[in-house]
Amino acid sequence: MNELTDIFVRSVFIDNMVFAYFLGMCSYLAVSKNVKTAFGLGVAVSFVLVVTVPLNYLINRYLLGEGALTWLNSHFATVDLSFLSLIIFISVIAGIVQLLEMIIERFSPVLYQALGIFLPLIAVNCAILGASLFMQEKNFPTVAHSFSYALGSGIGWLLAIVAFAAIRERLKYSNIPKGLQGNGIAYIITGLLGIGFMAFLGI
Amino acid sequence: MKKYLGPLSKDNPILVQILGVCSALAVTAQLKPAVVMALSVTIVCACANFIISLIRNTIPPRVRIIVQLLIVSALVIVVDQVLQAVVYDVSKMLSVFVGLIITNCIIMGRLEAFAMSHKPLPSLIDGLMNGLGYGLVLVIVAIFRELLGSGTLWNHPVIPQSFYEAGYLNNGLMILPPMALILVGSLIWIKNSKKSSVK
Repeated sequence: MNELTDIFVRSVFIDNMVFAYFLGMCSYLAVSKNVKTAFGLGVAVSFVLVVTVPLNYLINRYLLGEGALTWLNSHFATVDLSFLSLIIFISVIAGIVQLLEMIIERFSPVLYQALGIFLPLIAVNCAILGASLFMQEKNFPTVAHSFSYALGSGIGWLLAIVAFAAIRERLKYSNIPKGLQGNGIAYIITGLLGIGFMAFLGI
Repeated sequence: MKKYLGPLSKDNPILVQILGVCSALAVTAQLKPAVVMALSVTIVCACANFIISLIRNTIPPRVRIIVQLLIVSALVIVVDQVLQAVVYDVSKMLSVFVGLIITNCIIMGRLEAFAMSHKPLPSLIDGLMNGLGYGLVLVIVAIFRELLGSGTLWNHPVIPQSFYEAGYLNNGLMILPPMALILVGSLIWIKNSKKSSVK
């Protein structure tokens, strides 16, 4: 249990998707004009992460990794299909996103109204694929670890985009040098936020 | 011809269209991985544009995103395997970011905006140019970060030893991830102020 909290806290603050790895920057910069939509996208990203990462973990563990197919037949002990992981992961993500969109639309129109427009965007959000690839690299021992990692990364991303959107709303009223307006200042603020988050390195 | 040169400066994917930032910044702490990354993205972008453009009339519009993703990921797998075989150390350094070329918005963006509606040859050139425009920014940022951050270029020491003896220190901040963002922000600033002074 302790280990799980550890992974969670680590992925929220220290290995923050946005500030430490720059993942999901495109939608991060595009959908952070106001706090409400930013929050919606953040929740949607966390949601998709929590579903896809453990699923990809199982696929990696029992289908793709070296010796993963041993449960099928002991002759397969040397088979290593991990070169296929990219294509499988992205298909799983795209498929799950599509599925989620349909399920949400069917069962919760309110949630669909809030998240619907973001879901198609998420299939190509680097944070989602990135989390799966990091999960593969980190070699977690159980599904629970990968779940905790996914939740942490999602919350970290949510935190980052909401903080950034809040700052951006205030920015409308400040005097920014002309050439720096818009995207220039957005990058610099993200950089400064990132430096702030580095203070968590000591935990 | 002018139309194709746009991505290098006027329509630069990173500086103006704000696409593909995701994987761009993490690999720029040193020049070598940045160049390898830039080349990989250029190749994938050009090939994917070409292939999608070839089959653009047979793709049903409803599933086009999946088709595009699959083609791009197949190409990325090839690039990944080649990198692992040829430049193993760099491929280790880039780790997941090679895989993340799949979700690089530049590639998806160009496929949607250009390859789906143009002939194969122009698409190939467009992909090539966008890849190069992306690479250009990557290389500029990487040069600054490596030179100021560790005093080397392509792993060769550039700053003379006498500088260090005179009290010059490497700026450790440059190697940290946030500085990449601040550098790109400054590049955008420079670019924008140049544009407005021309007007």
